Amino acid sequence: MTTATDTIADVHDHGDDHHDHKMTGIKRWILTTNHKDIGTLYLWFSFIMLLTGGAMAMVIRAELFQPGLQIVEPDFFNQMTTVHGLIMVFGAIMPAFTGLANWMLPMMIGAPDMALPRLNNWSFWILPFAFGILLSSLFMEGGGPNFGWTFYAPLSTTYSNGSTAFFVFAVHIMGISSIMGAINIVVTIMNLRAPGMTYMKMPLFVWTFFITAYLLIAVMPVLAGTVTMVLTDTYFGTSFFDAAGGGDPVMFQHIFWFFGHPEVYIMILPAFGIVSTTIPAFTRKKLFGYSSMVYATSSIAFLSFIVWAHHMFTTGMPLAGELFFMYCTMLIAVPTGVKVFNWVATMWQGSMTFETPMLFSIAFVILFTIGGFSGLMLAMTPVDFQYHDTYFVVAHFHYVLVTGSLFSIYAAAYYWLPKWTGNMYSEKLGKFHFWCSLISVNILFFPMHFLGLAGMPRRIPDYALQFADFNKWVSIGGFLFGLSQLIFLYVVIKCIKSGEKAPAKPWDGAEGLEWTVPSPAPYHTFSTPPKVD
Amino acid sequence: MTSKSTTTNEYENYYVPAQSHWPIVGAIALFLIAVGAGNYVANIDTDEGIGGWVLIAGIVMIIWMVVGWFGNVIDESMEGRYSKQMDASFRQGMSWFIFSEVMFFAAFFGALLYARVFSVPWLGGDGNNLETFQVLWPEFQAAWPLTKTPDGTTTEAMGWGGLPLYNTIILLASSVTAHFAHVALEQNNRGALKAWLGLTILLGLGFLVLQVEEYIHAYSAMGLTLASGIYGNTFYMLTGFHGMHVTLGTIMLIVMFFRVLKGHFSPDNHFAFQAASWYWHFVDVVWVLLFFFVYVL
Ligand code: HEM
Ligand SMILES: [Cu+2]
Repeated sequence: MTTATDTIADVHDHGDDHHDHKMTGIKRWILTTNHKDIGTLYLWFSFIMLLTGGAMAMVIRAELFQPGLQIVEPDFFNQMTTVHGLIMVFGAIMPAFTGLANWMLPMMIGAPDMALPRLNNWSFWILPFAFGILLSSLFMEGGGPNFGWTFYAPLSTTYSNGSTAFFVFAVHIMGISSIMGAINIVVTIMNLRAPGMTYMKMPLFVWTFFITAYLLIAVMPVLAGTVTMVLTDTYFGTSFFDAAGGGDPVMFQHIFWFFGHPEVYIMILPAFGIVSTTIPAFTRKKLFGYSSMVYATSSIAFLSFIVWAHHMFTTGMPLAGELFFMYCTMLIAVPTGVKVFNWVATMWQGSMTFETPMLFSIAFVILFTIGGFSGLMLAMTPVDFQYHDTYFVVAHFHYVLVTGSLFSIYAAAYYWLPKWTGNMYSEKLGKFHFWCSLISVNILFFPMHFLGLAGMPRRIPDYALQFADFNKWVSIGGFLFGLSQLIFLYVVIKCIKSGEKAPAKPWDGAEGLEWTVPSPAPYHTFSTPPKVD
Repeated sequence: MTSKSTTTNEYENYYVPAQSHWPIVGAIALFLIAVGAGNYVANIDTDEGIGGWVLIAGIVMIIWMVVGWFGNVIDESMEGRYSKQMDASFRQGMSWFIFSEVMFFAAFFGALLYARVFSVPWLGGDGNNLETFQVLWPEFQAAWPLTKTPDGTTTEAMGWGGLPLYNTIILLASSVTAHFAHVALEQNNRGALKAWLGLTILLGLGFLVLQVEEYIHAYSAMGLTLASGIYGNTFYMLTGFHGMHVTLGTIMLIVMFFRVLKGHFSPDNHFAFQAASWYWHFVDVVWVLLFFFVYVL
């Protein structure tokens, strides 16, 4: 910088009155560069997507309520499973985490905003367009994508319908959004921490988002490459995934899962960060084993790059490959176990209270662990030959994603709602939401284990008669769980409109810089960084 | 780079820009590009639809966005609103963006290596695939470059001498000249800066011309097309995406050239120049890998 410091100060003053008032109405939301506004946008968007994807799940469960074909055509059924998966992964879970990151990271590290605020706005606003394209493809001639969220070739190439190009470009935009969002997170954390906040003093929440952002930057471009090859295979005569031209459909699976497995950790590491924040707060104790948590998170991230072929045990890999991927996958259980141990040890002899965020967090620890155990079962190559592509896999990933990721997001939302809105939510309704969700989610997903072990294949609109009873229960659980999520919507609206005023720090065990500012958090926080020691 | 000596004063000056309309312009532009390209590609056989026009509108709009958005950033920087910390944010942002590009190429290199090491030999009966080979395409001969695919498409292989070799030399030389330009900028030697930067741009353009010539030759004289089986697929995807990146890099360098002419940049404040030159070196490294794995080996 050649400019003298006083010019900077001048400009600074000038800049201040510029950005301190916020615009009103729709313009505020479209043009905003404020991390809190953008966080709010992400969170609402993800909730809308949750309901949209949820509606599709209702169609799926209605069709599967009884054996036989009742409600929808098989092709439409396939479109529902595909778009449900894509929306939940890329539209609900990932944006919810990015929204939390936007709201909380700058406040937690004492930064004035995200490092690149305009880029931040762009990362968000391209998302609704991407999902608009994806959803509109459902209404096109020939229908939307019907090849599963994993879009295996040749289903997505040789046998796909006319709208595949729209699927591909929508995924490209989602990828751009994730990469830009992740770059912003990394740069904010590396560069904007308050003086004195060293890496090992950062809240664990910040650490998990930091590592997740690296995973995103590393694998979203690989997804972009994969869909690009699907595009050229479908429309431009290439044969990457076609043996007749020297390619290989199995190669698709390798490249996809090289993205796909780190992707599942992208959806769970931030959840680890959330419960590592809430459990100490409601236990009134420090997190047990902070540094082991940091190392465990890093090793999980590292290992996630060398386990991808556990999704491909039945593709006829060479034996050495099967063994390598089996052992590496099992290795992940070690750092994951460290984490579960630390959460339990944090609660051990703590003075616990059970407000809604804590309830969701405890449910997380237990139910995520169930999902981890079914993961271990799937990781054993010989038995995966039995379980692969059955409802057992569906049970596994819904335990880790719904009672794992989604429950952690609810924990975070209840925990920080007072900070965001300035009002307390109704504890009674929050608990009602929790218990309804907890009970229905287990009716929904637990019997799927048995269905899978008995051999019911996934992604089919019809099934053999012996599966009828369990499927009926699964569907009932599904409808109840879907309805229960509307309670959350009501809780949030009621909290915003008429909740009791919240103090700056409503949870007496909570720690962190975000509780040092008033509730609701002012539009701009930490224009000058706090001193951390 | 990241200054460890950041004082509290510098923290106070982190510039948070006011509302901006450029991101939403960019979002709409991307939307038009996606819809246009989707429509165009979906109707590629019939030539119907207005996808092409929507695509062009999107591209024009995104250019408008880049000009306006970067224009704002340049103005803010020239007005002295940015602190050292802001500079570090930009630099780190650019580095991680380049890393994401590396991973994008990694996907295609992965496809190339997988085809060479696994899928083509397996189709020829390697490993435990003898039976598959005998049942599916017993005539097939595994080789690389794969000039005859299992279903009988034939093509010729592109040698590494001639154009590809010239292009390697050109790009390597341009990396050196780009470095000299940077050194000249740091020594505040504006004459040398203009000369070296101009030379880098010329080399970049030269590369692109030769690349086009190579493609024309491949398509018309050798029968090597994008659809010539896995060899043609990987050849064009890798060199094509690389070529697109060279094009982008060259445009960035040209913009830098005009900014230098206008007197922008100083020895210790030239993030944009630095970013363009990092990008250029990255494009070079990718080419060297490409030259070995696509052409030579
Ligand atoms: C203890 C750690 C875990 C292990 C050992 C594990 C193992 C596995 C295995 C072996 C499969 C493939 C099953 C098959 O297709 O036959 C699988 C599928 C899956 N896992 Fe996990 N997993 C673990 C944790 C997670 C987490 C944390 C998530 C996400 C938050 C997750 C999400 C998924 C998904 C989405 C699938 C299904 C993908 C598909 O085919 O559509 N897993 N897991
Ligand atoms: Cu996996």
